[in-house]
Amino acid sequence: MNVTIVDYQSGNISSVINSFTEVAKGKVNLEVTSDIKKIKSSDKIVLPGQGSFKSCVDSLKSINGLVDTLKEFAITKKNPLLGICVGLQMFADVGYEQAETKGLGWIPGKVSKINNQKGKFKLPHIGWNEIEIQKESKIFKDIKNKSHMYFVHSYEFIPEDKSVISATTDYSSKIVCSVEKDNLFGTQFHPEKSDKIGLKIIDNFIKL
Amino acid sequence: MLKNRIIPCLDVKNGRIVKGINFVELKDAGDPVEQAKIYSDGGADEICFLDITASNENRETIIDIVRKTAKECFVPLTVGGGVRTIKNITDLLLAGADKVSINTAAVKNVDFVKEASKKFGSQCIVVAIDAKKVSDNKWEVFTHGGRNKTGIDAVEFAKKVEENGAGEILLTSMDKDGTKSGYDVDLLKTITNSTNIPVIASGGVGTLDHLYDGIVKGGASAVLAASIFHYGEYKIKDAKEYLNSKNVSVRL
Repeated sequence: MNVTIVDYQSGNISSVINSFTEVAKGKVNLEVTSDIKKIKSSDKIVLPGQGSFKSCVDSLKSINGLVDTLKEFAITKKNPLLGICVGLQMFADVGYEQAETKGLGWIPGKVSKINNQKGKFKLPHIGWNEIEIQKESKIFKDIKNKSHMYFVHSYEFIPEDKSVISATTDYSSKIVCSVEKDNLFGTQFHPEKSDKIGLKIIDNFIKL
Repeated sequence: MLKNRIIPCLDVKNGRIVKGINFVELKDAGDPVEQAKIYSDGGADEICFLDITASNENRETIIDIVRKTAKECFVPLTVGGGVRTIKNITDLLLAGADKVSINTAAVKNVDFVKEASKKFGSQCIVVAIDAKKVSDNKWEVFTHGGRNKTGIDAVEFAKKVEENGAGEILLTSMDKDGTKSGYDVDLLKTITNSTNIPVIASGGVGTLDHLYDGIVKGGASAVLAASIFHYGEYKIKDAKEYLNSKNVSVRL
């Protein structure tokens, strides 16, 4: 099996590479690339994302044919794809970080700044927070409710259809921190930085 | 609910962990990669490397340590010391750091913080502020590992780095560092009340109660300590269990 981490110059993806390498050892073939051909021929895709919504969308678009290839992979052919952090946020129709920016439009919804209740909650939301599982998700196999995951973000994904939400976390309000819609998976937290429990989520995705 | 973080810090000089008293006398306390792994296995919420000599010649040493550590530790890794250029940051991030901490370069030119946070995102830019008390409720920023006075007010500077895109502040009290007499709680309280980004408390931890004070009295989002963990006085787990017993929420 081929798992591809999409390297589209979206900031620091070393940690994603390190943890997937650790989990994939001896199980699957891992590629880190922006090569369209390789992406097309892979079985699963990981879409990381760091920095702002706008900068990630701009970087994706700057690689010729990448957005269409990803769409064909995940939407037309319904192959498994995992978005992490801004990788997940980009599933939305629109994001408001830096400037109003069109997203990939794969899951209807928007990405807006966390309402921190006039400074009552510090932003970014940095650190370990508990996830509250809202529905069964394939990537949560053997993951206990209220497990701790590592977060670092100031914006949240608000999907229109709440049934896609697989977990939330409590920070000023119930923030969507994981989604599953058919073959599309996304986590707002960083499984690659969430210790052994995070590696388990990666393992679950790899084993799908 | 967001948990309070416990961050063991490894002060590294020429590839070995050292811990100074008031930033000068250095003792050797071991191999950084090995120690980082022990901390991460023991439940550290994050690991911090501070390259305290960081001249240009030995940058490769810290990069190599980061590279090795990042392959074994799957919790966030912050690296500071001698971060002066965008290239320094790029090199550290490529080696596997998740955040970098900027100190002297931020004081010299706050636009560097802006440029770095724009390029890499606020989430990976920590500004380290070394502050020393100059009068009642007044602290001044120091640089170069505490050797140089700047005349800059610590509170004003903290606000300024927040405006310029810093994602966190790592606040060290120069008066307390290495003394084991506890954080400068007044300094912490003043800075946490005047900023809206998370503040990491640093400098002075000698007992587990000091960690409690940093969070509860000082309002810190995370507490950093070096020597109490290095010399095995306490394990990370002891610190977490203690805080938990005092109703401070931590990741257990």
